[in-house]
Amino acid sequence: MSNEVSVHGQHGAATAHDVHVHEEHHHHETFITKYVFSQDHKMISKQFLITGIIWAFIGGLMSVLFRLQLGYPDSTFPILEDIFGHWAKGGRISDEFYYALVTMHGTILVFFVLTAGLSGTFANFLIPLQVGARDMASPFLNMLSYWFFFLASIVMFSSLFTQTGPASGGWTIYPPLSALGQASQGSKIGMDLWLTAMSLFVVSTLLGGLNYVSTILNMRTKGMGMTRLPLTIWALFFTAVLGILSFPVLLSGCILLLFDRHMGTSFYLSDIVVNGEVLSNEGGSAILFQHLFWFLGHPEVYIILLPAMGMVSEVLSINSRKPIFGYMAMVGSLFAITILAFLVWAHHMFVTGLNPFLGAFFVLLTLLIAVPSAIKVFNWLTTLWRGDIRFTPGMLFAIGFVSLFISGGLTGIFLGNSTLDIHLHDTMFVVAHFHIVMGVASFFGMFAGIYHWFPKMYGRYLNNLMSYIHFWVTMIGAYLIFWPMHYEGFAGMPRRYYSVSQWESFRHFDGLNQFISFVATVVFMAQILFIFNFFYSIFKGRKVVTQNPWHATTLEWTTPIRPGHGNWVGEIPEVHRWAYDYGKDGQDYISQITPVGEHESKH
Amino acid sequence: MSAYLILTIAVLLFVVIFQIAKASEYVSVLKGEEKAFRQNNRINGFLMIGFLIFGLIGAWWCNKLLYPKTMLWQPAASDHGQKIDTMMWITLAITGAVFFLTQILLFWFAYKYQTSTKRKAFYYPHNNKLEVLWTAVPAISLTVLVSFGLYYWFKITGEAPKDAAIVEITGHQFGWEFRYPGKDGQLGRKNFKMTNAAANNPLGQDWSDNLNLDDIHTNELHLVVNKPVKIIINAQDVIHDVGLSHFRMKMDAVPGTPTTIWFTPVHTTKEMKEITKNPSFVYELSCDQMCGRGHYGMRGIVIVETQEEFNKWMAAQKPQYWAAFPDKAPGAVPAPPVTSDTAKTKTTLVEQTAKPVAQVVKP
Repeated sequence: MSNEVSVHGQHGAATAHDVHVHEEHHHHETFITKYVFSQDHKMISKQFLITGIIWAFIGGLMSVLFRLQLGYPDSTFPILEDIFGHWAKGGRISDEFYYALVTMHGTILVFFVLTAGLSGTFANFLIPLQVGARDMASPFLNMLSYWFFFLASIVMFSSLFTQTGPASGGWTIYPPLSALGQASQGSKIGMDLWLTAMSLFVVSTLLGGLNYVSTILNMRTKGMGMTRLPLTIWALFFTAVLGILSFPVLLSGCILLLFDRHMGTSFYLSDIVVNGEVLSNEGGSAILFQHLFWFLGHPEVYIILLPAMGMVSEVLSINSRKPIFGYMAMVGSLFAITILAFLVWAHHMFVTGLNPFLGAFFVLLTLLIAVPSAIKVFNWLTTLWRGDIRFTPGMLFAIGFVSLFISGGLTGIFLGNSTLDIHLHDTMFVVAHFHIVMGVASFFGMFAGIYHWFPKMYGRYLNNLMSYIHFWVTMIGAYLIFWPMHYEGFAGMPRRYYSVSQWESFRHFDGLNQFISFVATVVFMAQILFIFNFFYSIFKGRKVVTQNPWHATTLEWTTPIRPGHGNWVGEIPEVHRWAYDYGKDGQDYISQITPVGEHESKH
Repeated sequence: MSAYLILTIAVLLFVVIFQIAKASEYVSVLKGEEKAFRQNNRINGFLMIGFLIFGLIGAWWCNKLLYPKTMLWQPAASDHGQKIDTMMWITLAITGAVFFLTQILLFWFAYKYQTSTKRKAFYYPHNNKLEVLWTAVPAISLTVLVSFGLYYWFKITGEAPKDAAIVEITGHQFGWEFRYPGKDGQLGRKNFKMTNAAANNPLGQDWSDNLNLDDIHTNELHLVVNKPVKIIINAQDVIHDVGLSHFRMKMDAVPGTPTTIWFTPVHTTKEMKEITKNPSFVYELSCDQMCGRGHYGMRGIVIVETQEEFNKWMAAQKPQYWAAFPDKAPGAVPAPPVTSDTAKTKTTLVEQTAKPVAQVVKP
């Protein structure tokens, strides 16, 4: 795309901007328009981030509660009865409550934190700033995207307070369990609220995603060719494409499930006798839902992971003071992962009775993902090699991300191979695998992003020492929690067990479960330290005094320290080079807006 | 009380960390930002290499502690399980090598190339040869894994041998039931609409199908060692999963869609007691698919025995048909009026399905 086009395409926005800059001095923004119904992409991103942090706290706390049961199945904690009443009679979490906690922990962390909180935050924040735009293509839709997310949050949160409790059939809500109120307390009103919340969530994701794609394609500043984009933008671009193409499928799956629940249809139901009651449904397929769910569910994993990969690439390069190694290969592997993400969903279904011949293709395509993933890992390693590494908190989390991505990625090779999946499917091995690779790794990517761009967001720094403690406790804790969990999987211990005490084959892991629960609690405390650091530093952190504290090349650091709505005062700068000129020709870094010199070497 | 004590300690710890963290910020201003930065960087560099070394030691130690608790060292109890174990070791070897190589490089580089006044970063944006190398090597090793994997996959999921025994497993909230085909070697037709536990037909057998008349309904799964068995899997209410970890087998039980697996048990329960040196060893059948509040208690017992032992056990079982129609059982007294049966409530369902045979004898 020529630079001229993007400039002209932005003509309208540019004039709008002039007005905005003007406004900064004369027009008083009200509290409502500035902080609540804001159309400034930076404010919306902060709204996503803070909502995400609140959700992460709730979701994390839930995991501490159910780990308490797993680790100390025979102890009672009277304080729990004080808080949760009949859900924890006698100070012991009931099995219903345990499953509700597990389900909501998964739903909250996957969708509300690592989808909305991660890509919602950083796509909103970084896309306009790094491509050189005043705001998103449609600031109004962008605002709606947040408020639909907020609405979804309210509905989901309200389900926690219903008499029969929230959804409790696992975050994958497989019918018939989720379709039949008779089969589980959580499949009553809680499930309806779950489905409603997720439908609203899908609307939010689509509004956001369409905005991200159109902004990246149409609103780049002069000179910002697609191959000059930082990898964060590429990653966020592919994330948005994944979301736009896969979330609607979840919506259709949810709607059919609502029909089965309330309209007497049989999309997923057939030949059912529940508690002695013979239901009239015939001809449906419970497996159909799994296809629909995982057609979103698998791309969802990459929706969570790709933004983290993008930000990690950026942070690693900046703090190694070296260009990212193999920029085009990085973009290519992101692209390959995006395509493959759509073609592997049935690897979650190897043991559902799926045709083994069909399964073979899914094995092949699944293991194929390891190739672009390996390229990324080796490129990150080479980026570090002979660098001049600064261990900023963001950098620590980026290095931690690479370590976790390797660990969790390699166990994926076990699970993607259908033969091994027969033994390992739905065991604790799976729990260890996805928590490392998509849970903790994506969190690390998110933390890398937060630590790195916090100065741009709030014009202040986070406290370093608290950041370092946060990193090391989380890093060590993550491995202490999830590394031994693989062994439970090798013993065949099924996931989602409230207690293993009656199982001859699994009960000897009692001591380990206790250890894991203890570490999980400590790691949760470290996250509280982070949350405290975050909010404290917004108001009291050390002030940023230089425009470009990390000595980075990208456009966001050419804006004022506290940019107003419209981002740049005056003209949007023109871009003359790619985003990774670190250490070139003996110079520490060359900003993207610096014109190419006469004697400059080519890369 | 102790909960509040722990909370208090946690809060105090927070305050201490916060105060130190604030103080450290002032100290770094006094010392000079540059000096404080270099000092922090060195500390984190050491922590990086320390994390690597202690991580490797920890991994070794963890393995030493937990390996005996896994099933990795136990022989698989089925022929398919042996194949899966071979595959597991191949995968462990390849991924293990990659794991150690990359993790060591990662933390070593982080330590080695931490910022220093003596060195400048090396401008190295790409190298096509290297990139082709690390596209090709993973691609080749994955080809190996995919080939082995699919070779075994098709062996395991292929047709069961013609002489395989047949057993049907049905899962419901929250238990397992088993049906053997009886003397004719064929299972009778089922119709879920005929399911009626109160009438001693908990599986919905269609009594108009004569194949059903000798089908035997049990609450333990008995298998014959070294004889292939084909398992037909059903669920009545929600999705369950037949998990047989010792045999390394697993298959979902889906309402409305029967699934199958087959394998040949190779060790009797008695042999496994000796191999594992655990006198209380027992093959367990676990539900591996979230199925409701009692998911974790959905336990079944599998007994692998010799043909003689199996025959003896089977001879003691009576067809479910006799339970449903006690008057048809050989030597039975005339059945009590049916009306008393209908009065049975849901609460008796559990005990009924658990011991269907016992129910017959009583009236």
